[in-house]
Amino acid sequence: MTETKPNQPVIASTLVKRGLAEMLKGGVIMDVVTPEQARIAEDAGAVAVMALERVPADIRAQGGVSRMSDPDMIDGIIAEVKIPVMAKARIGHFVEAQILEALKVDFIDESEVLSPADYINHIDKWNFDVPFVCGATNLGEALRRITEGAAMIRSKGEAGTGDVSEATKHIRTILGEIRALAAKTDDELFVAAKELQAPFELVREVAKAGRLPVPLFVAGGVATPADAAMMMQLGADGVFVGSGIFKSGNPIERAKAIVKAATFYDKPEILAEVSRGLGEAMVGINVADLPAPHRLAERGW
Amino acid sequence: MVKPIGVLALQGDFREHIATFSSIGVEAVKVRSIEEIDATSGLVIPGGESSVIHRLASVYGLFDPIRERIAAGFPTFGTCAGLIMLASEILDKTDDQQPFGGLDVSVRRNAFGNQLDSFETDLTFTGVDGTVHAAFIRAPIVERIGKDVEITAKLDDGRVVGVRQGNAMGISFHPEVTGENRIHALFAKIAEAPN
Repeated sequence: MTETKPNQPVIASTLVKRGLAEMLKGGVIMDVVTPEQARIAEDAGAVAVMALERVPADIRAQGGVSRMSDPDMIDGIIAEVKIPVMAKARIGHFVEAQILEALKVDFIDESEVLSPADYINHIDKWNFDVPFVCGATNLGEALRRITEGAAMIRSKGEAGTGDVSEATKHIRTILGEIRALAAKTDDELFVAAKELQAPFELVREVAKAGRLPVPLFVAGGVATPADAAMMMQLGADGVFVGSGIFKSGNPIERAKAIVKAATFYDKPEILAEVSRGLGEAMVGINVADLPAPHRLAERGW
Repeated sequence: MVKPIGVLALQGDFREHIATFSSIGVEAVKVRSIEEIDATSGLVIPGGESSVIHRLASVYGLFDPIRERIAAGFPTFGTCAGLIMLASEILDKTDDQQPFGGLDVSVRRNAFGNQLDSFETDLTFTGVDGTVHAAFIRAPIVERIGKDVEITAKLDDGRVVGVRQGNAMGISFHPEVTGENRIHALFAKIAEAPN
Protein backbone atom coordinates (compact mmCIF):
# COMPACT_ATOMS: atom_id res chain seq x y z
CA MET A 1 0.00 0.00 0.00
CA THR A 2 1.32 3.42 -0.83
CA GLU A 3 0.84 6.19 1.68
CA THR A 4 -1.44 8.95 0.48
CA LYS A 5 -1.50 12.32 2.15
CA PRO A 6 -4.94 12.99 3.59
CA ASN A 7 -5.56 16.00 1.43
CA GLN A 8 -4.21 14.62 -1.83
CA PRO A 9 -7.24 14.23 -4.09
CA VAL A 10 -7.49 10.71 -5.53
CA ILE A 11 -8.90 10.21 -9.01
CA ALA A 12 -10.12 7.03 -10.70
CA SER A 13 -10.57 5.10 -7.45
CA THR A 14 -12.99 2.20 -7.26
CA LEU A 15 -15.24 4.44 -5.15
CA VAL A 16 -15.29 7.18 -7.77
CA LYS A 17 -15.88 4.72 -10.62
CA ARG A 18 -18.67 2.82 -8.90
CA GLY A 19 -19.98 6.15 -7.60
CA LEU A 20 -20.90 7.36 -11.09
CA ALA A 21 -22.72 4.09 -11.69
CA GLU A 22 -24.64 4.65 -8.43
CA MET A 23 -25.75 8.10 -9.62
CA LEU A 24 -27.26 6.61 -12.79
CA LYS A 25 -29.62 4.33 -10.85
CA GLY A 26 -33.32 4.61 -11.53
CA GLY A 27 -32.43 5.98 -14.94
CA VAL A 28 -32.58 5.03 -18.61
CA ILE A 29 -29.45 4.90 -20.76
CA MET A 30 -30.24 5.31 -24.45
CA ASP A 31 -28.34 4.22 -27.58
CA VAL A 32 -27.79 7.15 -29.95
CA VAL A 33 -25.99 7.35 -33.30
CA THR A 34 -26.01 11.11 -33.93
CA PRO A 35 -25.77 14.34 -31.88
CA GLU A 36 -29.42 15.03 -32.85
CA GLN A 37 -30.51 11.75 -31.28
CA ALA A 38 -28.37 12.51 -28.22
CA ARG A 39 -30.23 15.82 -27.84
CA ILE A 40 -33.60 14.06 -28.10
CA ALA A 41 -32.47 11.51 -25.50
CA GLU A 42 -31.27 14.17 -23.06
CA ASP A 43 -34.44 16.23 -23.52
CA ALA A 44 -36.54 13.12 -22.91
CA GLY A 45 -34.76 12.53 -19.58
CA ALA A 46 -32.09 9.93 -20.42
CA VAL A 47 -29.62 9.66 -17.55
CA ALA A 48 -26.77 8.92 -20.00
CA VAL A 49 -26.35 8.17 -23.70
CA MET A 50 -24.47 5.35 -25.40
CA ALA A 51 -22.73 6.69 -28.48
CA LEU A 52 -22.45 4.12 -31.24
CA GLU A 53 -22.37 3.95 -35.01
CA ARG A 54 -25.25 1.54 -35.55
CA VAL A 55 -27.92 0.43 -33.11
CA PRO A 56 -27.97 -3.34 -32.49
CA ALA A 57 -30.99 -3.89 -34.78
CA ASP A 58 -28.95 -2.49 -37.69
CA ILE A 59 -25.82 -4.40 -36.70
CA ARG A 60 -27.99 -7.50 -36.84
CA ALA A 61 -29.53 -6.58 -40.19
CA GLN A 62 -26.30 -5.49 -41.89
CA GLY A 63 -23.97 -8.13 -40.47
CA GLY A 64 -20.20 -7.94 -40.80
CA VAL A 65 -17.64 -7.00 -38.16
CA SER A 66 -18.86 -4.36 -35.76
CA ARG A 67 -16.27 -2.08 -34.09
CA MET A 68 -15.75 0.98 -31.92
CA SER A 69 -17.34 4.15 -33.33
CA ASP A 70 -15.55 6.92 -35.20
CA PRO A 71 -13.98 9.41 -32.72
CA ASP A 72 -15.56 12.32 -34.65
CA MET A 73 -19.02 10.89 -33.99
CA ILE A 74 -18.24 10.40 -30.29
CA ASP A 75 -16.81 13.95 -29.99
CA GLY A 76 -19.96 15.33 -31.61
CA ILE A 77 -22.17 13.61 -29.07
CA ILE A 78 -19.99 14.64 -26.10
CA ALA A 79 -20.23 18.26 -27.31
CA GLU A 80 -24.02 18.06 -27.60
CA VAL A 81 -25.10 16.91 -24.12
CA LYS A 82 -24.42 17.56 -20.41
CA ILE A 83 -25.31 14.03 -19.26
CA PRO A 84 -22.63 11.31 -19.18
CA VAL A 85 -21.61 9.80 -22.53
CA MET A 86 -20.78 6.10 -22.80
CA ALA A 87 -19.23 4.34 -25.77
CA LYS A 88 -18.63 0.71 -26.70
CA ALA A 89 -15.36 -1.17 -27.14
CA ARG A 90 -15.13 -4.73 -28.46
CA ILE A 91 -14.68 -7.49 -25.86
CA GLY A 92 -10.94 -7.78 -25.16
CA HIS A 93 -10.00 -4.80 -27.35
CA PHE A 94 -7.98 -2.81 -24.84
CA VAL A 95 -6.70 -0.39 -27.48
CA GLU A 96 -10.22 0.64 -28.48
CA ALA A 97 -10.73 1.23 -24.76
CA GLN A 98 -7.55 3.34 -24.58
CA ILE A 99 -8.83 5.44 -27.48
CA LEU A 100 -12.24 5.91 -25.85
CA GLU A 101 -10.53 6.97 -22.61
CA ALA A 102 -8.41 9.47 -24.57
CA LEU A 103 -11.66 10.86 -26.02
CA LYS A 104 -12.79 11.40 -22.39
CA VAL A 105 -15.97 9.38 -22.54
CA ASP A 106 -17.52 9.00 -19.06
CA PHE A 107 -18.02 5.22 -19.23
CA ILE A 108 -16.89 2.40 -21.54
CA ASP A 109 -19.15 -0.54 -22.37
CA GLU A 110 -17.09 -3.64 -23.14
CA SER A 111 -19.88 -5.01 -25.25
CA GLU A 112 -20.95 -8.27 -26.84
CA VAL A 113 -22.99 -6.17 -29.28
CA LEU A 114 -19.73 -5.48 -31.15
CA SER A 115 -17.66 -8.31 -32.62
CA PRO A 116 -15.30 -9.71 -29.95
CA ALA A 117 -11.60 -8.92 -30.49
CA ASP A 118 -10.39 -11.65 -28.11
CA TYR A 119 -12.22 -14.93 -27.58
CA ILE A 120 -10.23 -15.75 -24.42
CA ASN A 121 -9.57 -12.59 -22.44
CA HIS A 122 -11.64 -9.59 -21.48
CA ILE A 123 -10.04 -6.16 -20.97
CA ASP A 124 -8.10 -5.66 -17.72
CA LYS A 125 -10.29 -2.78 -16.62
CA TRP A 126 -8.16 -1.94 -13.57
CA ASN A 127 -5.63 -0.43 -16.00
CA PHE A 128 -8.04 2.40 -16.84
CA ASP A 129 -9.14 5.58 -15.09
CA VAL A 130 -12.53 5.54 -16.85
CA PRO A 131 -15.18 3.18 -15.40
CA PHE A 132 -16.48 0.19 -17.38
CA VAL A 133 -19.84 -1.53 -17.70
CA CYS A 134 -19.93 -5.16 -18.89
CA GLY A 135 -22.69 -7.57 -19.83
CA ALA A 136 -23.50 -10.80 -18.00
CA THR A 137 -26.02 -13.60 -18.38
CA ASN A 138 -25.46 -15.16 -14.95
CA LEU A 139 -23.87 -14.43 -11.58
CA GLY A 140 -20.53 -16.11 -12.30
CA GLU A 141 -20.08 -14.01 -15.43
CA ALA A 142 -21.02 -10.84 -13.51
CA LEU A 143 -18.51 -11.62 -10.75
CA ARG A 144 -15.72 -12.34 -13.24
CA ARG A 145 -16.33 -8.97 -14.90
CA ILE A 146 -16.30 -7.21 -11.50
CA THR A 147 -13.04 -9.02 -10.69
CA GLU A 148 -11.60 -7.58 -13.92
CA GLY A 149 -12.64 -4.09 -12.75
CA ALA A 150 -16.18 -3.47 -14.06
CA ALA A 151 -17.95 -0.68 -12.10
CA MET A 152 -21.39 -1.62 -13.38
CA ILE A 153 -23.02 -4.79 -14.71
CA ARG A 154 -25.84 -4.96 -17.22
CA SER A 155 -27.64 -8.19 -17.88
CA LYS A 156 -27.22 -8.91 -21.59
CA GLY A 157 -30.64 -9.85 -22.85
CA GLU A 158 -30.60 -10.17 -26.63
CA ALA A 159 -29.76 -6.81 -28.18
CA GLY A 160 -31.50 -5.56 -31.30
CA THR A 161 -34.50 -7.88 -31.05
CA GLY A 162 -37.16 -5.93 -29.14
CA ASP A 163 -37.87 -9.30 -27.48
CA VAL A 164 -37.61 -8.88 -23.72
CA SER A 165 -37.60 -12.59 -22.88
CA GLU A 166 -33.80 -12.96 -22.72
CA ALA A 167 -33.50 -9.83 -20.56
CA THR A 168 -36.04 -11.36 -18.21
CA LYS A 169 -34.13 -14.64 -18.14
CA HIS A 170 -30.80 -12.98 -17.39
CA ILE A 171 -31.94 -10.61 -14.63
CA ARG A 172 -33.93 -13.42 -13.00
CA THR A 173 -30.91 -15.73 -13.23
CA ILE A 174 -28.46 -13.22 -11.71
CA LEU A 175 -30.76 -12.13 -8.88
CA GLY A 176 -31.95 -15.71 -8.24
CA GLU A 177 -28.35 -16.89 -7.95
CA ILE A 178 -27.63 -14.05 -5.50
CA ARG A 179 -30.63 -15.08 -3.38
CA ALA A 180 -29.42 -18.69 -3.39
CA LEU A 181 -25.92 -17.54 -2.42
CA ALA A 182 -27.25 -15.44 0.46
CA ALA A 183 -28.97 -18.53 1.87
CA LYS A 184 -25.75 -20.56 2.00
CA THR A 185 -23.76 -21.23 5.16
CA ASP A 186 -20.18 -19.94 5.36
CA ASP A 187 -18.67 -23.35 4.68
CA GLU A 188 -20.81 -23.78 1.55
CA LEU A 189 -19.46 -20.57 0.03
CA PHE A 190 -16.10 -22.17 -0.81
CA VAL A 191 -17.78 -24.59 -3.18
CA ALA A 192 -20.07 -21.83 -4.44
CA ALA A 193 -16.99 -19.81 -5.42
CA LYS A 194 -15.58 -22.81 -7.26
CA GLU A 195 -18.86 -23.34 -9.12
CA LEU A 196 -19.25 -19.66 -9.95
CA GLN A 197 -15.62 -19.53 -11.13
CA ALA A 198 -15.19 -16.33 -9.16
CA PRO A 199 -12.91 -15.26 -6.29
CA PHE A 200 -14.01 -16.44 -2.86
CA GLU A 201 -13.74 -12.99 -1.23
CA LEU A 202 -16.09 -11.46 -3.79
CA VAL A 203 -18.51 -14.38 -3.53
CA ARG A 204 -18.59 -13.98 0.26
CA GLU A 205 -19.13 -10.20 -0.06
CA VAL A 206 -22.13 -10.75 -2.37
CA ALA A 207 -23.54 -13.48 -0.10
CA LYS A 208 -23.33 -11.21 2.96
CA ALA A 209 -24.75 -8.11 1.23
CA GLY A 210 -27.38 -9.98 -0.80
CA ARG A 211 -26.47 -7.84 -3.80
CA LEU A 212 -23.65 -7.10 -6.20
CA PRO A 213 -21.10 -4.48 -5.06
CA VAL A 214 -21.90 -2.47 -8.23
CA PRO A 215 -25.23 -1.40 -9.79
CA LEU A 216 -27.02 -3.97 -11.96
CA PHE A 217 -28.84 -2.60 -15.00
CA VAL A 218 -30.80 -4.51 -17.64
CA ALA A 219 -30.21 -4.39 -21.39
CA GLY A 220 -31.14 -6.21 -24.55
CA GLY A 221 -34.72 -6.24 -25.82
CA VAL A 222 -36.44 -3.51 -23.80
CA ALA A 223 -38.86 -1.81 -26.22
CA THR A 224 -41.84 -0.51 -24.22
CA PRO A 225 -42.54 1.33 -20.93
CA ALA A 226 -44.04 -1.91 -19.63
CA ASP A 227 -40.81 -3.79 -20.45
CA ALA A 228 -38.76 -1.18 -18.55
CA ALA A 229 -41.09 -1.27 -15.55
CA MET A 230 -41.05 -5.06 -15.48
CA MET A 231 -37.25 -5.06 -15.35
CA MET A 232 -37.34 -2.55 -12.46
CA GLN A 233 -39.94 -4.63 -10.60
CA LEU A 234 -37.72 -7.69 -11.06
CA GLY A 235 -34.96 -5.77 -9.26
CA ALA A 236 -32.92 -3.92 -11.89
CA ASP A 237 -31.22 -0.66 -10.82
CA GLY A 238 -31.90 0.90 -14.24
CA VAL A 239 -32.37 0.15 -17.92
CA PHE A 240 -30.44 0.39 -21.18
CA VAL A 241 -32.60 0.89 -24.25
CA GLY A 242 -30.86 0.32 -27.55
CA SER A 243 -32.80 -0.06 -30.76
CA GLY A 244 -36.13 0.20 -28.90
CA ILE A 245 -36.33 4.00 -29.08
CA PHE A 246 -34.93 5.19 -32.38
CA LYS A 247 -36.27 2.17 -34.29
CA SER A 248 -39.81 2.96 -33.13
CA GLY A 249 -42.51 5.09 -34.75
CA ASN A 250 -42.29 8.02 -32.31
CA PRO A 251 -38.88 8.11 -30.63
CA ILE A 252 -39.45 11.33 -28.62
CA GLU A 253 -42.66 10.20 -26.96
CA ARG A 254 -41.41 6.65 -26.46
CA ALA A 255 -38.18 7.89 -24.87
CA LYS A 256 -40.10 10.11 -22.45
CA ALA A 257 -42.51 7.30 -21.62
CA ILE A 258 -39.75 4.79 -20.88
CA VAL A 259 -38.02 7.34 -18.59
CA LYS A 260 -41.23 7.81 -16.61
CA ALA A 261 -41.82 4.05 -16.49
CA ALA A 262 -38.38 3.50 -14.93
CA THR A 263 -39.27 5.90 -12.08
CA PHE A 264 -42.92 4.93 -11.54
CA TYR A 265 -42.31 1.25 -12.28
CA ASP A 266 -44.62 0.09 -9.49
CA LYS A 267 -47.56 2.43 -10.29
CA PRO A 268 -49.77 0.68 -12.89
CA GLU A 269 -52.04 3.71 -13.31
CA ILE A 270 -49.06 5.86 -14.34
CA LEU A 271 -47.71 3.07 -16.57
CA ALA A 272 -51.11 2.87 -18.29
CA GLU A 273 -51.05 6.61 -18.89
CA VAL A 274 -47.51 6.68 -20.34
CA SER A 275 -48.16 3.62 -22.54
CA ARG A 276 -50.89 5.45 -24.52
CA GLY A 277 -50.45 6.73 -28.06
CA LEU A 278 -46.78 5.86 -28.56
CA GLY A 279 -47.24 4.63 -32.12
CA GLU A 280 -45.43 1.61 -33.47
CA ALA A 281 -42.91 -0.15 -31.25
CA MET A 282 -39.83 -1.47 -33.04
CA VAL A 283 -40.82 -4.40 -35.21
CA GLY A 284 -38.67 -6.89 -33.40
CA ILE A 285 -37.43 -10.41 -33.86
CA ASN A 286 -38.42 -13.32 -31.64
CA VAL A 287 -35.26 -14.64 -30.01
CA ALA A 288 -36.50 -18.19 -30.58
CA ASP A 289 -36.34 -17.52 -34.34
CA LEU A 290 -32.68 -16.46 -34.20
CA PRO A 291 -30.19 -19.10 -35.23
CA ALA A 292 -27.68 -19.69 -32.43
CA PRO A 293 -24.68 -18.06 -34.20
CA HIS A 294 -26.64 -14.78 -34.32
CA ARG A 295 -27.26 -14.64 -30.57
CA LEU A 296 -25.08 -11.88 -29.16
CA ALA A 297 -25.54 -12.90 -25.52
CA GLU A 298 -23.36 -15.94 -26.11
CA ARG A 299 -20.36 -13.68 -26.73
CA GLY A 300 -18.34 -13.22 -23.52
CA TRP A 301 -17.78 -15.83 -20.85
CA MET B 1 -45.27 10.71 16.31
CA VAL B 2 -41.95 11.64 14.69
CA LYS B 3 -42.24 12.09 10.95
CA PRO B 4 -39.61 10.39 8.78
CA ILE B 5 -37.30 12.25 6.42
CA GLY B 6 -38.28 11.93 2.76
CA VAL B 7 -35.76 11.16 0.02
CA LEU B 8 -36.90 12.23 -3.45
CA ALA B 9 -36.86 8.96 -5.40
CA LEU B 10 -37.26 10.09 -9.01
CA GLN B 11 -33.74 9.07 -10.09
CA GLY B 12 -30.35 8.71 -8.42
CA ASP B 13 -28.81 7.21 -5.30
CA PHE B 14 -31.84 7.56 -3.02
CA ARG B 15 -31.28 4.08 -1.54
CA GLU B 16 -27.86 5.13 -0.17
CA HIS B 17 -29.37 8.20 1.50
CA ILE B 18 -32.03 6.08 3.21
CA ALA B 19 -29.32 3.65 4.41
CA THR B 20 -27.18 6.56 5.71
CA PHE B 21 -30.06 7.90 7.82
CA SER B 22 -30.78 4.37 8.99
CA SER B 23 -27.14 4.08 10.21
CA ILE B 24 -27.83 6.91 12.71
CA GLY B 25 -31.23 5.62 13.75
CA VAL B 26 -33.23 8.13 11.70
CA GLU B 27 -36.14 6.81 9.66
CA ALA B 28 -36.13 7.89 6.01
CA VAL B 29 -38.53 6.93 3.24
CA LYS B 30 -38.73 7.18 -0.56
CA VAL B 31 -41.07 9.96 -1.75
CA ARG B 32 -42.44 10.41 -5.26
CA SER B 33 -45.61 12.45 -4.68
CA ILE B 34 -46.51 15.64 -2.87
CA GLU B 35 -48.76 13.68 -0.48
CA GLU B 36 -45.77 11.54 0.48
CA ILE B 37 -43.57 14.64 0.90
CA ASP B 38 -46.14 16.29 3.15
CA ALA B 39 -45.98 13.30 5.50
CA THR B 40 -42.25 13.92 6.13
CA SER B 41 -40.22 16.35 8.24
CA GLY B 42 -37.67 17.24 5.56
CA LEU B 43 -36.74 16.47 1.96
CA VAL B 44 -33.45 15.12 0.60
CA ILE B 45 -32.69 15.61 -3.08
CA PRO B 46 -30.15 12.91 -3.89
CA GLY B 47 -27.26 12.60 -6.31
CA GLY B 48 -28.20 11.68 -9.85
CA GLU B 49 -28.57 13.68 -13.04
CA SER B 50 -30.11 17.07 -12.24
CA SER B 51 -31.73 17.46 -15.66
CA VAL B 52 -33.50 14.12 -15.22
CA ILE B 53 -34.68 14.98 -11.69
CA HIS B 54 -36.00 18.31 -13.02
CA ARG B 55 -37.81 16.68 -15.91
CA LEU B 56 -39.46 13.98 -13.82
CA ALA B 57 -40.47 16.50 -11.14
CA SER B 58 -42.03 18.71 -13.84
CA VAL B 59 -44.03 16.09 -15.68
CA TYR B 60 -45.59 14.77 -12.50
CA GLY B 61 -46.61 18.15 -11.11
CA LEU B 62 -44.07 18.00 -8.29
CA PHE B 63 -41.97 20.94 -9.38
CA ASP B 64 -44.11 23.88 -8.21
CA PRO B 65 -45.30 22.23 -4.96
CA ILE B 66 -41.70 21.38 -3.99
CA ARG B 67 -40.51 24.87 -4.90
CA GLU B 68 -43.27 26.44 -2.78
CA ARG B 69 -42.52 24.26 0.24
CA ILE B 70 -38.79 25.00 0.09
CA ALA B 71 -39.52 28.74 -0.26
CA ALA B 72 -41.74 28.49 2.84
CA GLY B 73 -38.82 27.02 4.83
CA PHE B 74 -39.42 23.26 4.54
CA PRO B 75 -36.09 21.61 5.57
CA THR B 76 -34.22 20.45 2.46
CA PHE B 77 -30.82 18.83 1.86
CA GLY B 78 -29.31 18.40 -1.62
CA THR B 79 -26.19 16.43 -2.58
CA CYS B 80 -24.50 16.99 -5.97
CA ALA B 81 -27.49 17.01 -8.37
CA GLY B 82 -29.56 17.97 -5.31
CA LEU B 83 -27.34 21.04 -4.71
CA ILE B 84 -27.88 22.05 -8.34
CA MET B 85 -31.65 21.76 -7.85
CA LEU B 86 -31.52 23.96 -4.71
CA ALA B 87 -29.56 26.78 -6.38
CA SER B 88 -31.23 30.02 -7.37
CA GLU B 89 -29.29 29.90 -10.66
CA ILE B 90 -27.76 26.98 -12.61
CA LEU B 91 -24.74 27.69 -14.83
CA ASP B 92 -24.08 25.37 -17.78
CA LYS B 93 -27.53 23.84 -17.61
CA THR B 94 -29.65 22.17 -20.27
CA ASP B 95 -32.03 24.57 -22.05
CA ASP B 96 -35.22 24.04 -20.11
CA GLN B 97 -33.73 23.09 -16.75
CA GLN B 98 -35.02 25.05 -13.72
CA PRO B 99 -33.96 24.74 -10.07
CA PHE B 100 -36.30 24.53 -7.08
CA GLY B 101 -34.32 27.30 -5.36
CA GLY B 102 -33.85 27.62 -1.62
CA LEU B 103 -30.20 28.65 -1.63
CA ASP B 104 -29.24 32.08 -2.96
CA VAL B 105 -26.27 30.74 -4.94
CA SER B 106 -25.17 30.14 -8.52
CA VAL B 107 -24.01 26.58 -9.10
CA ARG B 108 -22.07 25.30 -12.11
CA ARG B 109 -22.97 21.81 -13.30
CA ASN B 110 -20.05 19.38 -14.03
CA ALA B 111 -17.66 22.11 -12.84
CA PHE B 112 -14.61 19.84 -12.67
CA GLY B 113 -15.06 18.28 -16.13
CA ASN B 114 -16.06 14.76 -17.07
CA GLN B 115 -15.83 11.47 -15.16
CA LEU B 116 -12.02 11.31 -15.53
CA ASP B 117 -11.87 14.41 -13.31
CA SER B 118 -14.02 12.86 -10.56
CA PHE B 119 -12.09 12.42 -7.28
CA GLU B 120 -12.21 11.75 -3.57
CA THR B 121 -10.57 13.88 -0.88
CA ASP B 122 -10.76 14.93 2.76
CA LEU B 123 -12.19 18.28 3.85
CA THR B 124 -13.47 20.04 6.94
CA PHE B 125 -17.18 20.73 7.40
CA THR B 126 -18.81 23.29 9.70
CA GLY B 127 -20.37 21.46 12.64
CA VAL B 128 -18.49 18.19 12.08
CA ASP B 129 -15.34 17.33 14.08
CA GLY B 130 -12.19 16.25 12.25
CA THR B 131 -12.32 15.63 8.52
CA VAL B 132 -15.01 14.40 6.18
CA HIS B 133 -14.11 11.97 3.40
CA ALA B 134 -15.86 13.30 0.29
CA ALA B 135 -16.47 11.81 -3.17
CA PHE B 136 -16.88 14.35 -5.99
CA ILE B 137 -18.48 12.68 -9.01
CA ARG B 138 -18.98 14.92 -12.05
CA ALA B 139 -19.58 17.40 -9.29
CA PRO B 140 -20.92 20.97 -9.28
CA ILE B 141 -19.30 24.01 -7.64
CA VAL B 142 -20.88 27.02 -5.96
CA GLU B 143 -19.62 30.05 -7.90
CA ARG B 144 -21.71 32.92 -6.47
CA ILE B 145 -22.86 33.23 -2.89
CA GLY B 146 -25.72 35.42 -1.68
CA LYS B 147 -25.26 37.52 1.45
CA ASP B 148 -27.44 35.33 3.68
CA VAL B 149 -25.69 32.10 2.72
CA GLU B 150 -23.26 30.41 5.09
CA ILE B 151 -20.32 28.48 3.62
CA THR B 152 -19.99 25.04 5.29
CA ALA B 153 -17.24 23.43 3.20
CA LYS B 154 -14.44 24.44 0.85
CA LEU B 155 -11.75 22.62 -1.08
CA ASP B 156 -8.11 23.42 -0.31
CA ASP B 157 -8.06 25.80 -3.28
CA GLY B 158 -10.95 27.78 -1.79
CA ARG B 159 -13.71 26.61 -4.10
CA VAL B 160 -17.02 26.36 -2.25
CA VAL B 161 -18.57 22.89 -2.03
CA GLY B 162 -20.99 23.26 0.91
CA VAL B 163 -23.57 25.94 1.75
CA ARG B 164 -26.46 26.49 4.11
CA GLN B 165 -29.23 29.08 4.18
CA GLY B 166 -31.94 28.77 6.82
CA ASN B 167 -33.32 25.24 6.65
CA ALA B 168 -31.69 24.44 3.29
CA MET B 169 -28.33 22.64 3.02
CA GLY B 170 -26.49 21.87 -0.19
CA ILE B 171 -23.19 20.07 -0.84
CA SER B 172 -21.28 19.17 -4.02
CA PHE B 173 -20.20 15.73 -2.83
CA HIS B 174 -21.68 12.41 -1.72
CA PRO B 175 -21.36 11.50 1.97
CA GLU B 176 -23.93 8.78 1.27
CA VAL B 177 -21.43 6.77 -0.80
CA THR B 178 -18.42 7.12 1.53
CA GLY B 179 -20.07 5.87 4.72
CA GLU B 180 -20.03 9.40 6.20
CA ASN B 181 -23.22 9.96 8.22
CA ARG B 182 -22.44 13.07 10.30
CA ILE B 183 -23.71 15.56 7.70
CA HIS B 184 -26.95 13.59 7.49
CA ALA B 185 -27.12 13.86 11.30
CA LEU B 186 -26.83 17.66 11.00
CA PHE B 187 -29.74 17.67 8.57
CA ALA B 188 -31.80 15.36 10.78
CA LYS B 189 -31.44 18.00 13.53
CA ILE B 190 -32.68 20.74 11.19
CA ALA B 191 -35.63 18.57 10.16
CA GLU B 192 -36.46 17.85 13.79
CA ALA B 193 -36.38 21.50 14.84
CA PRO B 194 -36.55 23.83 11.82
CA ASN B 195 -35.90 27.54 12.21
